[in-house]
Amino acid sequence: MSHATTAPHESHDHAHYPGGILRWLTTTNHKDIGTMYLLFALIMFFVGGAMILAVRVELFQPGLQLMQPELFNQLIGVHALVMIFAALMPAATGFANWQIPLMIGAPDMALPRINNLGFWLLPPAALLLTLPFVLALFGVGDGAVATGWTLYAPLSVQGGLGVDFAIFSIHILGISSILGSINVIVTIFNLRAPGMTMMKLPVFAWGWLITAFLLIATIPVLAGAVTMLLTDRHFGTHFFNAAGGGDPILFQHLFWFFGHPEVYILLLPLWGLIPHVLATFSRKPIYGYRAQVYSFIAIGLLSVIVWAHHFFTAGLPVPALLYFMYSTMSISLPLAVLFFCWIATMWKGSMSFETPMLFAQGFIVLFGIAGLTGLVLADVAADAQYHHSYFVVAHFHYALFAGGIMGVMTGVYYWLPKWTGYMIDEKLGKLHFWLTIISFNLTFMPQFFVGLAGMPRRIPDYALQFAEFNAISTVGALILGFSQLLFAYNIWKCAKGAEYGLPKAEGRAWEGGESLEWELPSPPPHHSWETPPVIK
Amino acid sequence: MKTNPRFARTRPRTAAPARLLATAASGLLALLPASALADYTWNFPTPVTPIARDTLKIHNEFMIIIGILFAAVFAIMIYSMIKHRKSVGHAPAKFTGPTGTLQWIWALVPFAILLFIDFVIMGIPAYHAVVDMEDTKTKADMVLKVTGMQWKWQYEYPESGVRFISTMSTPRDQIANKEAKGEHYLLEVDNEVVLPVGKKVRILLTATDVIHTWWVPQFGVKRDAVPGFLRETWVKIEEPGIYRGQCAELCGKDHGFMPVVVRAVPEPEYAAWIEKKKGELAEAAAGADKTWSKDELLAKGKDVYEAQCAVCHQPDGKGMPPAFPALAGSKIVTGPLLSPEGKLLKDSHVDRVLNGKEGTAMQAFKNTLNDVELAAVITYERNALGNSKGDLIQPAQIKALR
Repeated sequence: MSHATTAPHESHDHAHYPGGILRWLTTTNHKDIGTMYLLFALIMFFVGGAMILAVRVELFQPGLQLMQPELFNQLIGVHALVMIFAALMPAATGFANWQIPLMIGAPDMALPRINNLGFWLLPPAALLLTLPFVLALFGVGDGAVATGWTLYAPLSVQGGLGVDFAIFSIHILGISSILGSINVIVTIFNLRAPGMTMMKLPVFAWGWLITAFLLIATIPVLAGAVTMLLTDRHFGTHFFNAAGGGDPILFQHLFWFFGHPEVYILLLPLWGLIPHVLATFSRKPIYGYRAQVYSFIAIGLLSVIVWAHHFFTAGLPVPALLYFMYSTMSISLPLAVLFFCWIATMWKGSMSFETPMLFAQGFIVLFGIAGLTGLVLADVAADAQYHHSYFVVAHFHYALFAGGIMGVMTGVYYWLPKWTGYMIDEKLGKLHFWLTIISFNLTFMPQFFVGLAGMPRRIPDYALQFAEFNAISTVGALILGFSQLLFAYNIWKCAKGAEYGLPKAEGRAWEGGESLEWELPSPPPHHSWETPPVIK
Repeated sequence: MKTNPRFARTRPRTAAPARLLATAASGLLALLPASALADYTWNFPTPVTPIARDTLKIHNEFMIIIGILFAAVFAIMIYSMIKHRKSVGHAPAKFTGPTGTLQWIWALVPFAILLFIDFVIMGIPAYHAVVDMEDTKTKADMVLKVTGMQWKWQYEYPESGVRFISTMSTPRDQIANKEAKGEHYLLEVDNEVVLPVGKKVRILLTATDVIHTWWVPQFGVKRDAVPGFLRETWVKIEEPGIYRGQCAELCGKDHGFMPVVVRAVPEPEYAAWIEKKKGELAEAAAGADKTWSKDELLAKGKDVYEAQCAVCHQPDGKGMPPAFPALAGSKIVTGPLLSPEGKLLKDSHVDRVLNGKEGTAMQAFKNTLNDVELAAVITYERNALGNSKGDLIQPAQIKALR
């Protein structure tokens, strides 16, 4: 993860790149770019986390203590945008960069320069998103986008320059995602090792392939929606203004046509990764490979036809409500296939519980809660109570923190030995796991109940009967937030494994590791698989 | 008047299964002593409409179903984690899919069960609930029109012409922690909306600026108020009482301070209340025809300003630029009042107050304030908050401009 660990001289490899910062600016190497994606994601994870910790501290007690509602509204929305677009998605792209070539026996990504561009678009986009906070301090504008990440019109038409910054940031992030997706698709279609048919592709690569197609299908819709928003704001169009013949709900349709698949965009790479980890630490092959691949495809297809369940309360006609309810419920079937296969992969294995395995198992249990509460949220009548309440907040954090972030952590702990050449500090990793899983539940379990009791989301202050649940949630969030410093420290320690005296990782760092990356030394040479392996 | 049990902080009568779930959840919150959690509201507040009762029933059933699914699936996983571990010397099997008929049955039965749960056990009651919930038109006894605006609700009874604004009445000092918080902190309003019990009320919703959502948890009703469109829902309140809720869609700065308070009363009491409200409106309308003194206008204007304007432009008129401009020394406020012929000047102070400014939070107050209130607040803004134009506008002049 640093110069030292990917230094070229150790492995007599033909790396020739400039030193210092130029190496990182100009690199076209998938490993370098993967590392940059992952470090960027890690930094933004802390940025987004700090924002929400401030929010949680404000919500510790009723009354306004720390901030005014304006800033509160900015923090919740930017937190979500940062976590989704600048932490989870780049982390998944980092995995893709590092692992897809290693796992399919390719020498690099197919489009290395586009790869470099894809990464370097991210820092300016993140800057655009957060800059309005700083500008406001100097009296320019009234802060960042304050509409929540959903940018619903007409609130976003009314907003200040933060909305424009967010729109341009989304455009840039979207371009970056599409470039990354094209790269993944081209790489998987063209650079597989001889003999690796599509149905021998690692599950991880399959998960990413579906993600890439979903991104290409839906990001342009989001880009279109925010562009319409931009012209409504500045050029007198009325897409979302009823007085001019437009419709505010049109924005919600467009946004969620992107927004719902986005959930699977975030999760599919991790659903692809989990079976590898389970198989490795159960010392048993992946169960139901074909079933999982078909489920990925089914979920990908279903994800683009269920969007309106995100606004059941907006007043849709009855046939639409019924259609979106039943189609949403049907997602539970392919998802159940995945859960079945995950558990069947462990069944009758020879399990050991190293840090990545713990994270993978924690992922399954907590993501199970997200899936089951998602099933009841699909019910239109019950949704009228859940919607816009903390019940939904809890639900999607079970999906995106327990499913998303903990999935990323699973991958990081699983592959760090491969990337750095040193085994992780197991004790520290396990401590990180237990702190995370306990404080995560402490944070979000009360939110289910406070939502059922009637607390709406996105409010800076609340009625007295919600106080105790919020206090517990804030305590949980603070522990959860600060525990993540252990994660950063653990990564640092592993990257500097020699200095900390960590054991060196063998090529097959985990004894049960079966996919192609484990055939290479740890860390792999700067250019790997120059001669592709042959798959029988 | 019966107080709402939820706000008296007693535990609602939840169904046994819900209590069971609550116990399970407190197990997850194992870090806390269970006794400290005993008084918490674990489930929906007590329902008072047929829809809310139905929703609670469905919700409780669903929670049991998903609770069982969760327990069953993870019992299998935990069993496996205990039995099939390396440290107890379990040798790994090699299978990668179902082998033999028995295993195929094992693999397929869960999906048959899930299919049945999704589309029969959950799907059929859900269908009936949706149809019922959307049935706003049959046998409606009366109509209530709800208009959301930043950051208050307007209620209108089309049959009787009664119309008023309802804003939060919690003092700002309580929010800023300068004063002890009252029992109904953030969930109290100046004008409660009154509805008769036992009547099917068709509720029409719209908004003037951004999307708001009208939500009263005990009614089981939540519906967006979309600017430029009418949405509808219905309630039939079964028990008299005061029911509290909030705006549920992020609608800007004071989204958290936009409560809904409904007082449900028996029919005769409701009729009497409507008559009283009608009288108040007639009185206010009569006020528009008399000539007001400047002092009267300023006194009235101060009240209106503090209720309607101060939330954005601030009590001292300094505003919160750039979103909410200052009125003190503002070019618009200190500009000419009307044209020499008594006509409305475009982008003048009066125009701005009456018609608002599109694309901003400044709304068209002619829709919500009466002539007296408008004349008073305009006069006030021109002669207070650090401005001293010395002129005034009469309610009759506002009436002529409409």
